Amino acid sequence: MVAPSEPARLLVVDDNKINRMLLSRSLAAQGHIVETAENGKEGLEKIRSGVFDLVLLDIEMPEMDGFQVLEACLNDVELRQLPIIMTSAMDELDAVVKCVELGAEDYLTKPINPVLLRARVNASLEKKRLRDEQRKLFRTFATKEVAEELLRTGFSLGGKQVTASVLFADIRSFTTIAESQEPAESIEMLNEYFSMMFDAITNNGGTVNQLVGDGLMAVFGAPIFFDSHREKAVRAAQQMLEQLKVFNQNRSAQGKSQIRIGIGIASGTMVAGYTGTQTRAIYTCIGDTVNLASRIEEYTKEALHPILIDNYTSQGLPESIAVEDLGKVFFKGKNHAIKIFAVL
Amino acid sequence: MPIIDMNIFSELKETMGAEFINELIDTFVEDTPNLIAQMHKTLISKDAETFRRAAHTVKSNALTFGASELASLARELEGMARENNLEIGNRLEMLEEALQKAKSQLIELR
Repeated sequence: MVAPSEPARLLVVDDNKINRMLLSRSLAAQGHIVETAENGKEGLEKIRSGVFDLVLLDIEMPEMDGFQVLEACLNDVELRQLPIIMTSAMDELDAVVKCVELGAEDYLTKPINPVLLRARVNASLEKKRLRDEQRKLFRTFATKEVAEELLRTGFSLGGKQVTASVLFADIRSFTTIAESQEPAESIEMLNEYFSMMFDAITNNGGTVNQLVGDGLMAVFGAPIFFDSHREKAVRAAQQMLEQLKVFNQNRSAQGKSQIRIGIGIASGTMVAGYTGTQTRAIYTCIGDTVNLASRIEEYTKEALHPILIDNYTSQGLPESIAVEDLGKVFFKGKNHAIKIFAVL
Repeated sequence: MPIIDMNIFSELKETMGAEFINELIDTFVEDTPNLIAQMHKTLISKDAETFRRAAHTVKSNALTFGASELASLARELEGMARENNLEIGNRLEMLEEALQKAKSQLIELR
């Protein structure tokens, strides 16, 4: 494993001065910035300052011992991600095992072996870096809660039957728009457009799980179920249109063409889970409900309404959201006509 | 049992550098008598927990320098105190003797 290019900020918590000296010296020699604390209480205060990338924590300490510090960190949403390596004497292995079971990242026995120290610290920092990246990525696609849930469950592949709402959105005649402008301009436009749409979706508890060209798919009510998934999906769609209005006003001020979008929403049971391989997977939903949402989205072109929803979605809306019954529509791949509603 | 296990000491010196080892030895020579004084005091006040913690620190530092005899005596005292047994006989005196021997050898090795 390569050493991280940037120096990491490490905290050494140990009541024994000689151990603090040894650890600080070794870690500083490895290019890290090291601070120390003399007991658990002081250690936890420093940890809470939030500047550290990794903590080396002694178990046997006055004031607060290593267990208590570890537990306090694991019970704190903000500190849970901080990797903690337990340091202990060889004859305390029982205690170490308990810490690792609780959620400590790793352990080292004292006297510290510098080679092992380097390897464990670098491995933990590398894992933290990957987790941070993953978390950042998820947070652009989903709410904080969903992102944490996805990370917590460890991306286990394999599906689960859920009841949720699926939303599809597409830009009308994007190809024509793209042909009329520079490629860089199209990408910039898409980025700006997506960032507005993501906001509308995540603000309403949804997770964007697929982007294909100018189209996106979002799910509401999975992986974390919430009762109001149908209403939230429709509210997200309405906010997307409001955002688009502002977006178009800016474009028209710059003499650029207007963008129109179509949004289709269907609700019901579906299989949700990770698809792909262990190394590359996305959280997605499959099933009839998902296909229906996609078909409904396409139908917005004919129906001349920007937001269309299925019957089950319309039943989950409060009276404040007005809908118009558009009657039954036959869709490709469906053997019976489907009731469609327009959100007004 | 060697007073100082030279395999451990040499490796420590090699990985940490001679200058830093001297700093470590100074700290050890300065701090360990305080810990032993604390053990005497807590033996009288029957504070097994503080006694155990001091023994634990002496053991840990002795292991760092390869002071095997000192480490082994400190470990024994730590174990007794954990069981709340402060009937330690002359073990604390033996610990002090072992510390004196370890100290003089470490000072020679500086």
